[in-house]
Amino acid sequence: MATTTTLLGSYNPILPEATLVIGALIMLMAGVFIKKTNATTMTFAAIAVISLAIAFLYLQGDVSGTMFSGSFIMDAFARLMKIVTLSASALAVFMSYDYMARGNLWKYEFPVLILLATAGMMMMISANDLIALYLGIELQSLALYVIAAFNRNSERSSEAGLKYFVLGALASGMLLYGMSLIYGFTGSTGFAKIAASVHETGVSTGIVFGLVFLMVGMVFKISAVPFHMWTPDVYEGSPTTVTTFFAAAPKIAAMAMIVRVLYGAFADIAPQWQQIIVFVSIASMLLGAFAAIGQTNIKRLMAYSSIGHMGFALVGLAAGTESGVRAVILYMIIYAIMTLGSFACILAMRRDEGPVENITDLSGLAKNDLTMAFLLAMLMFSLAGIPPLAGFFAKYYVLLAAVNAKLIPLAIVGVLASVIGAFYYLRIIKIMFFDEAGEPFSVMHGSLRFVLLVSGFAVIGYVGYLAPLEGIAGAAAKSLFQ
Amino acid sequence: MLEVGLSHYLTVAAILFTLGIFGIFLNRKNVIVILMSVELMLLAVNINLVAFSAHLNDLTGQIFTLFVLTVAAAEAAIGLAIVVIYFRNRGSIAVDDIHAMKG
Repeated sequence: MATTTTLLGSYNPILPEATLVIGALIMLMAGVFIKKTNATTMTFAAIAVISLAIAFLYLQGDVSGTMFSGSFIMDAFARLMKIVTLSASALAVFMSYDYMARGNLWKYEFPVLILLATAGMMMMISANDLIALYLGIELQSLALYVIAAFNRNSERSSEAGLKYFVLGALASGMLLYGMSLIYGFTGSTGFAKIAASVHETGVSTGIVFGLVFLMVGMVFKISAVPFHMWTPDVYEGSPTTVTTFFAAAPKIAAMAMIVRVLYGAFADIAPQWQQIIVFVSIASMLLGAFAAIGQTNIKRLMAYSSIGHMGFALVGLAAGTESGVRAVILYMIIYAIMTLGSFACILAMRRDEGPVENITDLSGLAKNDLTMAFLLAMLMFSLAGIPPLAGFFAKYYVLLAAVNAKLIPLAIVGVLASVIGAFYYLRIIKIMFFDEAGEPFSVMHGSLRFVLLVSGFAVIGYVGYLAPLEGIAGAAAKSLFQ
Repeated sequence: MLEVGLSHYLTVAAILFTLGIFGIFLNRKNVIVILMSVELMLLAVNINLVAFSAHLNDLTGQIFTLFVLTVAAAEAAIGLAIVVIYFRNRGSIAVDDIHAMKG
């Protein structure tokens, strides 16, 4: 590492981003000039690039500080969220190549676009300036619009891409309008200067207006109510591997971005944004709980489930305390683990004629493949928040933070939504264990089995490694409050 | 003699921005009109940024505008590409026809 540090001097903190971008460009060139690129080779090249970026982050130790005139910030929070985002992207790519190759969807652009989207997410996590934030969001979104429509011969996939694009562009417009107002009323785009200006002048109409528009744009990215309309359609229409990617990495990065903006630039007017977050959080939890009940398509169900989970993560943010932020970080990590595991099962739902996506296709899975049924049941219990699985602790810490911050009504709504939401998770378990067995699924690919085992055991054995993860999340939250 | 000041620019930008939003929601005809409305919103933001930049005597806003223009171009390119593949599959780009998935 010593050579790299001296070689690139003070640019060391952006090595992970640089690695991703350079890796993506090299792979793009390879894809263009090599006539026949192999799906496996390209996939593992992308995983290698992501692993290299994770290694750079890990080797940085506890480097922190800002770069590029304060528009890029590196601290323990950014490092942890980047490692989680990168791991989620790597696992999504890992699970995709077999599915894409079997569905004749494989194109070398897929891992390249995932790498570029991931680079955008890392810029979002580390952005400390409105311009940097906007460019990070757009780099991520433009890549995501394309991969949503990746199955370009399918009407539903292209419709998913079109819907995501139109609503995403609308959200970017709102976000930018908010940014322009904040720039105008605080006189700067840097978070540190905005924070100083807000501290000095206090609440002003212009800043509150700007903040509301900014939050509309950011809340869209985590698909919380009332900006969730795209989620079910995009989840259902996109190829399942793309849905897997959408459900994990971008959500983590967007949540980290929201935490950074609210605490980095607007900590002094917390009561203003707390009201918005409380409203969004309650609405998301309730919609996630009720709307999922009637779904028949498992990808659509997971979309509503993810809307509900984002509501729960926002409970911790609404608390406005350091322990609240710690709870948000823990929630996002556990959410990513559970989601990736569940999608490994959804990707494995395939018969000879092709992939199937209905919940009833899971009927009697326990008789056909007991391991898969058991691990999926554990993941569903965990998503529902049943102790002693990981999902319980995720919910416990956000609700605890809300109670400690005197947000008792919010915590009560959270518990009720969790109970209602348990219904549809338990229904899946009932279908798998007690319904008539259907035709068995095709043999599960090794990559899916690996991710399912890792995530299943992580969820079951959470109590065993509870302490270190909480300590890491606590240190990350602390770095935001210095 | 009326002097054109910051508030006039902000008003024009706010009107354009609102027109852009209504263009997206009220338009039932054509996806291309939605793309135009998105451009209108981004241009309204640019007017805001340049007006603030001149008012504050600070160049950051104009730099921001250049970035927004660049990204808007990229966004339009990707948007049109998606509209083209949608048209190939569906044979129509009428907004009312976009309903293969619901619920």
